[in-house]
Amino acid sequence: MEEGLRENSRSFTFSLVNEDHTLANAVRFTLNQNPMVELCAYSIPHPSDNIVNIAIQSTDKSAKAVFNDGLQDLRSMCQIVRDSFDKSVNDFRAELQESSESKN
Amino acid sequence: MPRISVLDMPDVPNGQLPPHIQLQKTRVFCEKNAPTHTDYVQHHGSYTSMDVHESLIENFHNNFKVNVIRLTSDVIEFDMIGIDASLANAFRRILISELPTMAIEKVYFVNNTSVIPDEVLSHRLGLIPLDADPRLFEYISDESSSSSNERNTIVFKLNVFCKDNDKRISVKSNQLKWLPKGSQLNSETDGGGNEYTSFRCSQDSPEFSHKPIGLKHDDIIIAKLGPGQAIELEAHAVKGIGKTHAKWSPVSTAWYRMLPEIVLMKEIENEMAEKLVKKCPVNVFDIEDLGAGRKKAVVSNPRACTLCRECIRDEGWEERVSLRRVKNHFIFTIESTGSLPPEVLFTEAVKILEEKCEAVIHELSF
Repeated sequence: MEEGLRENSRSFTFSLVNEDHTLANAVRFTLNQNPMVELCAYSIPHPSDNIVNIAIQSTDKSAKAVFNDGLQDLRSMCQIVRDSFDKSVNDFRAELQESSESKN
Repeated sequence: MPRISVLDMPDVPNGQLPPHIQLQKTRVFCEKNAPTHTDYVQHHGSYTSMDVHESLIENFHNNFKVNVIRLTSDVIEFDMIGIDASLANAFRRILISELPTMAIEKVYFVNNTSVIPDEVLSHRLGLIPLDADPRLFEYISDESSSSSNERNTIVFKLNVFCKDNDKRISVKSNQLKWLPKGSQLNSETDGGGNEYTSFRCSQDSPEFSHKPIGLKHDDIIIAKLGPGQAIELEAHAVKGIGKTHAKWSPVSTAWYRMLPEIVLMKEIENEMAEKLVKKCPVNVFDIEDLGAGRKKAVVSNPRACTLCRECIRDEGWEERVSLRRVKNHFIFTIESTGSLPPEVLFTEAVKILEEKCEAVIHELSF
């Protein structure tokens, strides 16, 4: 899935196969929020290729570790989104039921 | 908007952005000719010189909020507050093109004497929304059609004809009959013994589904038959995603918009207030009585604003009314086609983004 030139280097370009803006833009966002990241950007070299390149430059950790952190951040954000969404839907349903009961 | 000159800023950064920069960071300004400040400040260190270190991730757990506005069997509208557009857009993209559903993919014709050609009829059948939970099924492997079994294929039969002296008839989707035991056709080339599917058990057993598989709508017109015409076919539905073909997309639309914010920069009174209320086609503004015959315009329903900019079109109004959008407040709407309820679609979409992350994390561990 990923490839690059030097292991453990601070700047690295990861090529993800079978991914697109969906993951790349989201992970670029989380990486940019990370103080370890000096620069992060992504590009899709050609629209008919199934590849997205994510370039990362970090301050002191290896780019690979920083990329891993960015993905973990994104995953935990998703979990928070899912939890609060489920809670809101349940609350909304409960409220709806309450109001219909009070009408009867 | 009051701008603070660099010379008037405090010598020592106090960890706060000047109000106009804070506003530019959090709002899109919809001005007469074009929106401005539409960009997102991406990098964490953008405001370091002002001693501002904000990270959306650190406080995400506390700041993120969801409010459900409307929820029916096939539409959900909710507010997502405190999230970046990149994530909101990722969810939208996944909803449209990466959530699986079941749709008719292969159609075996026994007879078709109607005016609609086989390929057009097949296409129409493919677009019919099915009422089947895609989570109960697996993707079919590409190798051969003989691997069709009860875990990956749903079979429907259509057998209609119009009698010789009858009036023309419409063939509707409720005439497609579900075959829970699999295909009833025999392959001619292999001496009649080989079936198109190999179901080991019937799909109407309770382990599969609590409700029988059917079509979401009974009244979709599939074809019309004239006297003496007939259609006999078998349609096989499989699991797929919207990226491959839009017929597998579980939503008719999924979209978001940023919350409109309307600020009256000056007090608008009396005739001017009435003028403003009349200008707006969606009734965003209202009049408040101040007593003693004085009236004042207020913003009563900013959510309804469609950003037509009618209120700032005339000379001089741009200084009175400021139209903005809140950059981290998304009004998300999902319209399901019916395979899954809209609230389940959203949680499934978030799960898919999580799975994508996990897949890459797994790859990185080597």
